Amino acid sequence: MRRFDLEHWGKFLLLAIALVALPFLIDAALGRAWVRIIDIALLFVMLALGLNIVVGFAGLLDLGYIAFFAVGAYSYALLASPHFGVHWPFLALLPIGAMFAAVFGVLLGAPTLKLRGDYLAIVTLGFGEIIRIFMNNLNRPVNITNGPQGITLIDPLQVAGFSLSKTYMLGGLTLAPVHLYYFVFLACALLTIFISLRLENSRIGRAWVAIREDELAASAMGINTRNVKLLAFAMGATFGGVAGGLFASFQGFISPESFALLDSIMVLAMVVLGGIGNVGGVVLGAILLTALPEALRYLGPMQEQWLGRVVVDPSGLRMLMFGLALVLIMLFRPAGLWPSKTRQRELAGLTVQPAASGKHDG
Amino acid sequence: MAEALLAVSGITKRFGGLTALEDVSLSVSPGDIYGLIGPNGAGKTTLFNILTGVYACDTGKILFKNKYLQNTKPHEVASAGIARTFQNIRLFANMTALENVMVGRHVRTRTGVIGAILRNRVTRNEERATEQRAHELLDYCGIAPHANALARHLAYGDQRRLEIARALATEPSLLALDEPAAGMNATETGALRGLLERIRADGITLLLIEHDVKLVMGLCDRLAVLDYGRKIAEGTPAEVQRDARVIEAYLGTGATEAAEAADAT
Repeated sequence: MRRFDLEHWGKFLLLAIALVALPFLIDAALGRAWVRIIDIALLFVMLALGLNIVVGFAGLLDLGYIAFFAVGAYSYALLASPHFGVHWPFLALLPIGAMFAAVFGVLLGAPTLKLRGDYLAIVTLGFGEIIRIFMNNLNRPVNITNGPQGITLIDPLQVAGFSLSKTYMLGGLTLAPVHLYYFVFLACALLTIFISLRLENSRIGRAWVAIREDELAASAMGINTRNVKLLAFAMGATFGGVAGGLFASFQGFISPESFALLDSIMVLAMVVLGGIGNVGGVVLGAILLTALPEALRYLGPMQEQWLGRVVVDPSGLRMLMFGLALVLIMLFRPAGLWPSKTRQRELAGLTVQPAASGKHDG
Repeated sequence: MAEALLAVSGITKRFGGLTALEDVSLSVSPGDIYGLIGPNGAGKTTLFNILTGVYACDTGKILFKNKYLQNTKPHEVASAGIARTFQNIRLFANMTALENVMVGRHVRTRTGVIGAILRNRVTRNEERATEQRAHELLDYCGIAPHANALARHLAYGDQRRLEIARALATEPSLLALDEPAAGMNATETGALRGLLERIRADGITLLLIEHDVKLVMGLCDRLAVLDYGRKIAEGTPAEVQRDARVIEAYLGTGATEAAEAADAT
């Protein structure tokens, strides 16, 4: 039964218009650099949602998640660049990248099935580093990844001669590549949000949460913990792989240093800060943590404006302020900016429950 | 006894140098409430863990509904029709009571990733049935008013009931309960007894570890007594109560004579 109530669809329509208008408004207000930042933020939304499946739903702490992003990016780059002289269409490459990443997800997951917590974190951290170091060194004896120089001139997204790397005019609007990529990334991000929400409220999602809560009890309830965990790794990796492919086409250049440990930590910070386990919170965390370091770049010009000169070097100050912001958020919102439903219910349950149990006793 | 639902034979389990179970055999007939008693450390929970696939046994056979189950994985045991509760309650603490029971339906439902994403008609119907069955089971176990409370916010006795509801959701033929009355007062134990009798009346065989002697003697059709990993007695509660070795295990040597003397007067 689907309800077509007007208010609901009105809100939906407003949101859609806002999302379509967003890049143009930002372009006008803050400049094109910020549209680019929004594009990157959308990629991080995908990444954070992928990691959220592994860490948030299934409770498996993964510190090497960026490896799947790397696998997706490299599989796109190698098959759509002059490096091998292959130029496959991206509609074929995105599923290939996703599949590759999923395979790597299972490869990582399989040996870690019996590990939890700290031990799992160490192994995944090692896996993330292995992938990066492989990318760095697979240029000899056979040059596969071009080593630390990375891969250049990666094909932009292109459908039937319509390339996203060109600027188009539509009415009075200028559609620059950053605008065009925005819409592609938005569509992909919305799809990952949709998939995350659907999975969360399903038999599979409940099984993931059950494993997080108590693995032994989950298996006693008939959950095949091995398969369900591998599924979480594979799903998370798939999101990362797709985001990686999009990233490669967007940047046109990738190198191993785009996939460092710090990036894994960043994605994890987005998940934890936004609200681990909650799709909305994770999206919020991804957008905020992408935008915040960029916004802090204005600290230099602000000092000039208010103090007349640059007192503290903004590049140093920027990361300091960023760290401080993270610490403050965790101090005041320990469950994340937008905590998961469970945590909300927990708070609501404290007020509702005495009445309910009173009724039961009486 | 010809058609045993569960026949355990010759189970031995060693943890390093410690023999937790030695050559234990027992046979549970369908429709029975079968009690497993014994002093602390006798190996009752170890036997439960072997039955439900948590531990592998060193030797021995478990025949359940004409299928061998020794050294089978826990989820396969659940699928075969044995559900269990835990001595120290193991609920999914941050899920609601309803969700806990819905997880119990996992083994009897099929939706996979594709179905979950598409949420097609089959998935929607299954999801609706799962939720409805979970509500029924909460009601059956008398905790329907707490359906939306987090499991860890439930009162202790309700948590025990929720574990039973969750286990029932797997549609077991045999429900194995590890000290369900532990920590309960007399009223709660009485209510629990009512619930267990109702479960039996609905055709589910019960295997029960319990320390509450009154409950065990009143409820069980048959009992096995474990002591230091060996089965020292098996029979009806009345038979077991008179068994010299049982009295000795519980009360120490010399107690048998005292008991006989008390009987004589």
